[in-house]
Amino acid sequence: MIKVSMTVNGGAVSHTVEDRTLLVDYIRDHLRLTGTHIGCDTSQCGACVISFNGKAIKSCTMLAAQADGAEIMTIEGLADGDQLHPVQAAFKEHHGLQCGFCTPGMIIAATDMIKRYGAALDEPTIRTELEGNICRCTGYQNIVKSIKAAAEDMTRSEKPSVTSSV
Amino acid sequence: MFHLTYHRPTSVEDAIQFFTNSEDAQFLAGGQTLLPTMKQRLADPSDVIDLRHIAALAGIGSAKDHLSIGAGVTHAEVAASPQVRQILPALADLASHIGDPHVRNMGTLGGSVANNDPAADYPAAVLALDATIHTNSRVIAAEDFFTGMFETALQDGELIIRIDFRIPQIAAYAKFPNPASRYAMAGVFIARHTDGGVKLAVTGAGSDGVFRHKDMESALLGNWAAEALADISIDDSNLLSDIHGSAAYRANLIKVMAQRAMQSML
Ligand SMILES: Cc1cc2nc3c(=O)[nH]c(=O)nc-3n(C[C@H](O)[C@H](O)[C@H](O)COP(=O)(O)OP(=O)(O)OC[C@H]3O[C@@H](n4cnc5c(N)ncnc54)[C@H](O)[C@@H]3O)c2cc1C
Ligand code: FES
Ligand code: FES
Repeated sequence: MIKVSMTVNGGAVSHTVEDRTLLVDYIRDHLRLTGTHIGCDTSQCGACVISFNGKAIKSCTMLAAQADGAEIMTIEGLADGDQLHPVQAAFKEHHGLQCGFCTPGMIIAATDMIKRYGAALDEPTIRTELEGNICRCTGYQNIVKSIKAAAEDMTRSEKPSVTSSV
Repeated sequence: MFHLTYHRPTSVEDAIQFFTNSEDAQFLAGGQTLLPTMKQRLADPSDVIDLRHIAALAGIGSAKDHLSIGAGVTHAEVAASPQVRQILPALADLASHIGDPHVRNMGTLGGSVANNDPAADYPAAVLALDATIHTNSRVIAAEDFFTGMFETALQDGELIIRIDFRIPQIAAYAKFPNPASRYAMAGVFIARHTDGGVKLAVTGAGSDGVFRHKDMESALLGNWAAEALADISIDDSNLLSDIHGSAAYRANLIKVMAQRAMQSML
């Protein structure tokens, strides 16, 4: 057993878990944050994507022990009270989901790519950036539309000279 | 995986020490190969030794004739590094097409090269760029490093610290990704070195993993152009044949990828 402590969605947590515990199982079973999903056992679907020290990673492909000391954010940490995060609002507005299973991972992946590309995030880039997130329902069309809209919304206030933040 | 013990050393010495004291340890870098393998019960180490907190494995630097990348540097870091993009853009390009953004945020150069997956991208660059693999105990030339599918010259418990890539005059990589996994079905890295030599390495297709193709190298040495490869025939007797593609299909892909790599340089 091993003691792990980290910051999750702004709050400190600490538990003793088996060394082999995957981060996604820690998040779901120990922290009861079930918004982070498990869609495969081959590290390919992206349903488990969370933000780890500011970067999108697959929480099914990391041990909880590896995250000791880290700062992580899950889908539950994105909204500001009742105020949806712009990416969440865009998915709602543009029907970026059907069953919703892939959505938490899609939204974290989207916030990550918007952070890296800013206003330079165009449709072909969104499509290649979604390589690691599989959706079985939507055909991706509205997911891409939602991310594009969110990127425009979030970068509208930026100065026009800012075209990329890679 | 059931009785796993996790270790987090902060120095190379401690990492080796943990390895030596464990029954059946594995180094854990980005975990993007090791953890899926453990989840499938194809690997079952008693201990994992996390390499992500060892400073000696981090960082990118360059000297007159080579670019040096720490074993723990992630694919995302290589892809985004201004230094790599300036000195060796082909390598930044290769890294930017490995898997997906989340895999690239964790997966490392050292893990990819130590694993020597026959469909991995980095081994082709290591071979074509005449790299040297620096471990905790010695320096291994690329030519001697890859010894077969998932096999390398690394001894049990030997740790890659960094890899030095020779800076070429010009280089390019072209891969045909498997549409599902993004691993290479065939990937060709071509480099023309400052001494005039040409090295061309093929990944994704060989039954024994990455290999150099000497016929294409000599053809390009004579005529540095995609057309020089037009009449080369690729022997498919030692190529992979699986549900993704037959050996004959891969033989053709190798030639097409080599031509694309050439076209991207000219
Ligand atoms: C969905 C998905 C898609 C992928 N697509 C691609 C792709 O298109 N192209 C590609 O090339 N790869 C691909 N990969 C593999 C990815 O690049 C891995 O990151 C890489 O192969 C292994 O690196 P790692 O740091 O994750 O190593 P780990 O998984 O941590 O380790 C792999 C092996 O290397 C050993 N090791 C690690 N570091 C060292 C070291 N410094 N010294 C000695 N031994 C060490 C470990 O003990 C282990 O045996 C993909 C992976 C996934 C999950
Ligand atoms: S659960 Fe499918 S990638 Fe993590
Ligand atoms: S909305 Fe159902 S999997 Fe994407």
